[in-house]
Amino acid sequence: MTLSFAPVADPSAPLARRNPVAKVGAALLFSMPLIATMDPFTPAVALAVELLVLPFFGVRIGVLARRSTPLLLAAAGILVTMVLFAADRGGELVVSLGPIDVTTGVLATAGALILRIFAVALPGIVVFATTDPTDLADALVQNAKAPARFAIGALAAFRLVPLLGDEWRSLSLARRARGVDAGHNPAARVRLFVSTAFALLVGALRRGVRLAVAMDARGFDAETPRTYARRQHFTPADTVLLVLSLLTALAIIAASVALGHFHPVI
Amino acid sequence: MSDVQLRDFGWRHAGRRAWAVRGLDLEIRHGERVLLLGPSGAGKSTLLAALAGLLPEDSGESEGTIRIDGLDPRKARERVGILFQDPQTQLVMARSGDDVAFGPENRGVPAGEIWPRVSDVLDRVGFPYPINRPTSALSGGEAQRLALAGVLALRPGLLLLDEPTANLDPPGAELIRTAVARATGADTTLIIVEHRVAEALPLVDRVVVLDPGGGVRADGTPEMIFAAYGDRLADEGVWVPGFHTPPLKTRSTSRDHLIRATGAAVGRRLGPVTIEANGGEVLAVTGPNGAGKSTLALVLGGLLAPTSGRVEAFGDRRPPHRWRATTLAGRIGSVFQNPEHQFVTSKVSDELALGPRRLGRSPAEVGRIVTELLERLRLTRLAEANPYTLSGGEARRLSVATALATAPRLLVLDEPTFGQDRRTWRELVDLLAGLRDEGHGIVAVTHDDAFVRTLADRTVPLGVPEPDPLPRRTRP
Amino acid sequence: MNDINPRRWRTIDIVIASVIAVTFGVIFWAWGTVWSVTEGAFAFFPPAQTLIYGVWLVPAVLGALIVRKPGASLYTEAVAATVSALLGSQWGVDTIVSGLLQGLGAELAFAILLYRNFKLPAAVLAGTLTGVSAACYDFVKYTAGTDLWSYRIPYAVITVISGAIIAGAGSWALVRALAPTGVLDRFEAGRERASV
Ligand SMILES: Nc1ncnc2c1ncn2[C@@H]1O[C@H](COP(=O)(O)OP(=O)(O)OP(=O)(O)O)[C@@H](O)[C@H]1O
Ligand SMILES: Nc1ncnc2c1ncn2[C@@H]1O[C@H](COP(=O)(O)OP(=O)(O)OP(=O)(O)O)[C@@H](O)[C@H]1O
Ligand SMILES: [Mg+2]
Ligand SMILES: [Mg+2]
Repeated sequence: MTLSFAPVADPSAPLARRNPVAKVGAALLFSMPLIATMDPFTPAVALAVELLVLPFFGVRIGVLARRSTPLLLAAAGILVTMVLFAADRGGELVVSLGPIDVTTGVLATAGALILRIFAVALPGIVVFATTDPTDLADALVQNAKAPARFAIGALAAFRLVPLLGDEWRSLSLARRARGVDAGHNPAARVRLFVSTAFALLVGALRRGVRLAVAMDARGFDAETPRTYARRQHFTPADTVLLVLSLLTALAIIAASVALGHFHPVI
Repeated sequence: MSDVQLRDFGWRHAGRRAWAVRGLDLEIRHGERVLLLGPSGAGKSTLLAALAGLLPEDSGESEGTIRIDGLDPRKARERVGILFQDPQTQLVMARSGDDVAFGPENRGVPAGEIWPRVSDVLDRVGFPYPINRPTSALSGGEAQRLALAGVLALRPGLLLLDEPTANLDPPGAELIRTAVARATGADTTLIIVEHRVAEALPLVDRVVVLDPGGGVRADGTPEMIFAAYGDRLADEGVWVPGFHTPPLKTRSTSRDHLIRATGAAVGRRLGPVTIEANGGEVLAVTGPNGAGKSTLALVLGGLLAPTSGRVEAFGDRRPPHRWRATTLAGRIGSVFQNPEHQFVTSKVSDELALGPRRLGRSPAEVGRIVTELLERLRLTRLAEANPYTLSGGEARRLSVATALATAPRLLVLDEPTFGQDRRTWRELVDLLAGLRDEGHGIVAVTHDDAFVRTLADRTVPLGVPEPDPLPRRTRP
Repeated sequence: MNDINPRRWRTIDIVIASVIAVTFGVIFWAWGTVWSVTEGAFAFFPPAQTLIYGVWLVPAVLGALIVRKPGASLYTEAVAATVSALLGSQWGVDTIVSGLLQGLGAELAFAILLYRNFKLPAAVLAGTLTGVSAACYDFVKYTAGTDLWSYRIPYAVITVISGAIIAGAGSWALVRALAPTGVLDRFEAGRERASV
């Protein structure tokens, strides 16, 4: 397990270099409408569109696959849930597992939901894989008018993420150096894990207290309005990206309604 | 340019009964350069924090007044820049250049002026990397330089430095001193805390010695102070220049072999090293910042596996990093560079008792060990305190003491003496000399010349790190 | 700063809320994998999986219990969600939407109490309301298509209970455990300690 948050894509790819706020917004505008329906057609089309624009983000497919492995597990979970609890048990009988009948209706719903999970998650995964946190915070403040103190505060805390990984290692080393380890006893191992995790939280909070002091020492709560050393620009291209994302999503939904696939959740 | 006025000033940290500073009357005029001295725990860091307006009412209790240019320090923050004892906690942003720009942004410096300023201060402190270097990938010394750059970028009228060169190699320390000298023209007031008086003297024209009991012990020009009170101050723990400790070379004759690393290397952090440590001797590992000394200490301490090469110790077939923790703790004691990484309990006395207890000592014996170490290292009045609230020097002593408490055959100490006044330094050195003479082996990573001169039987210098392949600094 | 307005967030409030969020963002990110894996273990009765759902909701309550300022729940939970999205959470941007909604639930509870009460019952109420908002969102989003009585309703009910116990009572217990370590000294939540 490595905790990395460096962008994993080619930063000069045409879409990767769009304004971070525009990218996150586009991902939201594109994927949220998909939640409204439960048919397999809509997410399938959306997925196809997503895979088509993928090259413009410069994300290597291997990286994407690695980042989306948890989705496969989630898909498996949906399948199990659906087999056991699907509301719609129509269609032909495919296989009978004891008291549970697995029908084509069940499998169709499961398939649709799995497609939907992928279609909704993928844009976010791609966007965050191509976005640097500092840039995101800058853009949130400069282009989305988020309060600067909160965005910068969150960013400063975010810098602790890789340090938390190191901290976890140091804590384990310290415990080992002081003669504390769990050996092969699983109960002791859980106890050690919990005590290390608690120490990590305490350590993180302690760092936070000092970080706050250091930030104040450098004028963070000064009354003067902040200036921005790094400029983030929201260009017409970013607006186009936002509008196109929404329009594409609506077009897909409209097509699915027109072709009679649309199946509202509520 | 700022002046400072303290009237009967005092501060008590929340959760403490003793005052950290008290009864302080002091006046510092525009453009003066003051060296602030005092034993470890005398309240020097606390005083600097107070001057920087960083002691919030909710974290303790204050008395008397403190004025900077006639203003309350909280209102005068714009004029003050402070560099803390621990650089890693004062880096805010993920990239080095952004971190230096953070202060000017907060103070509303026009955007166009920020990057030239950043570039300028980074050059002045001798920061060797491009501005997009991640701040999490810096060695202690490099982080210190970056933090200083972040402070200088604010062009403070009052510059407060808390042991700015504590973890630097001699060339790095020299660089910081030059940077400070150059950055502080006649219009900057400077207050610097530094135990190593000789190193800071060229920067200052006045010395103020804090009395741990409260108030000021001595105040005047360096020449005057050291001529008039030199002997007495040296006795009380000030590193008065010209007072040397005689070498304490080993008396032990048992030179049994404890650990040997053969061509041990760790990725890009440590090149192949062959090193051997014996019982009854003190081995000093020296070298520039980033040479891999701390990494070597972790390898020798059985806490990190070398990526190539071999480590064997105590005649065990298995290398130390494979041992069970109890076995390891019984044989090798480690002290980390950052004391706080070492603490696992929430009370000073528990911290000391932990090791002996796990080795199965009787409660009476544990009590005796704890009391004796607290006494010798001047931590007795802090026995119930939380290790994380100690001063820099106190935390260092406690972390060394945890290793001394179990007294394993081999001790691997990373910078065991930093931040100590002369008295506590002497106490630590005597403790270590005593262990060595009983036949323990000691490996100490250190930048401390006095330590090497006094105690080291052998010195292993580690090489210079390879130059970084990254391109020179450019705007992002 | 001498705060004239006690409702204004001090730097330390912002940073500590963010640190809680970040730490839990990392935990979420690790938890996401655990969550998917437990799917197998809970297969005999999948709604039971929501028993540990409360872990997702802890920052919303914990942030408010420590910081005690309006907006603390919302901010902490939203940042935590964003961080786990940045680290590569499987749910993508949707995590942020859930984060905002969940934060809103706890925020509502503390707002009803006028940000004056941060005792155990308040924490449990906040946990419950976060659980409710989480359950509502999932009702639409994740459990659609399953049987109402054998799955969707138990899922929602267990989410709420888990929110009350793990996020509500759990956060309260965590604050109690953190206070003696001294890290909360600058917050009202951590003020009751003896001097040494
Ligand atoms: N956050 C804190 N909470 C409680 N007590 C503290 C805190 N910080 C420092 N102290 C105590 O206040 C006293 C003065 O500490 P301070 O850090 O000012 O000493 P110092 O003179 O800088 O020492 P050193 O040379 O060892 O760094 C010490 O006894 C220390 O234990
Ligand atoms: N956890 C880590 N991961 C990757 N690189 C590291 C890590 N820790 C240190 N380094 C790098 O390895 C090199 C050696 O680091 P190390 O801490 O051993 O140096 P050092 O000799 O102890 O320096 P200093 O005198 O500043 O303490 C440095 O270039 C440092 O940037
Ligand atoms: Mg100090
Ligand atoms: Mg080191």
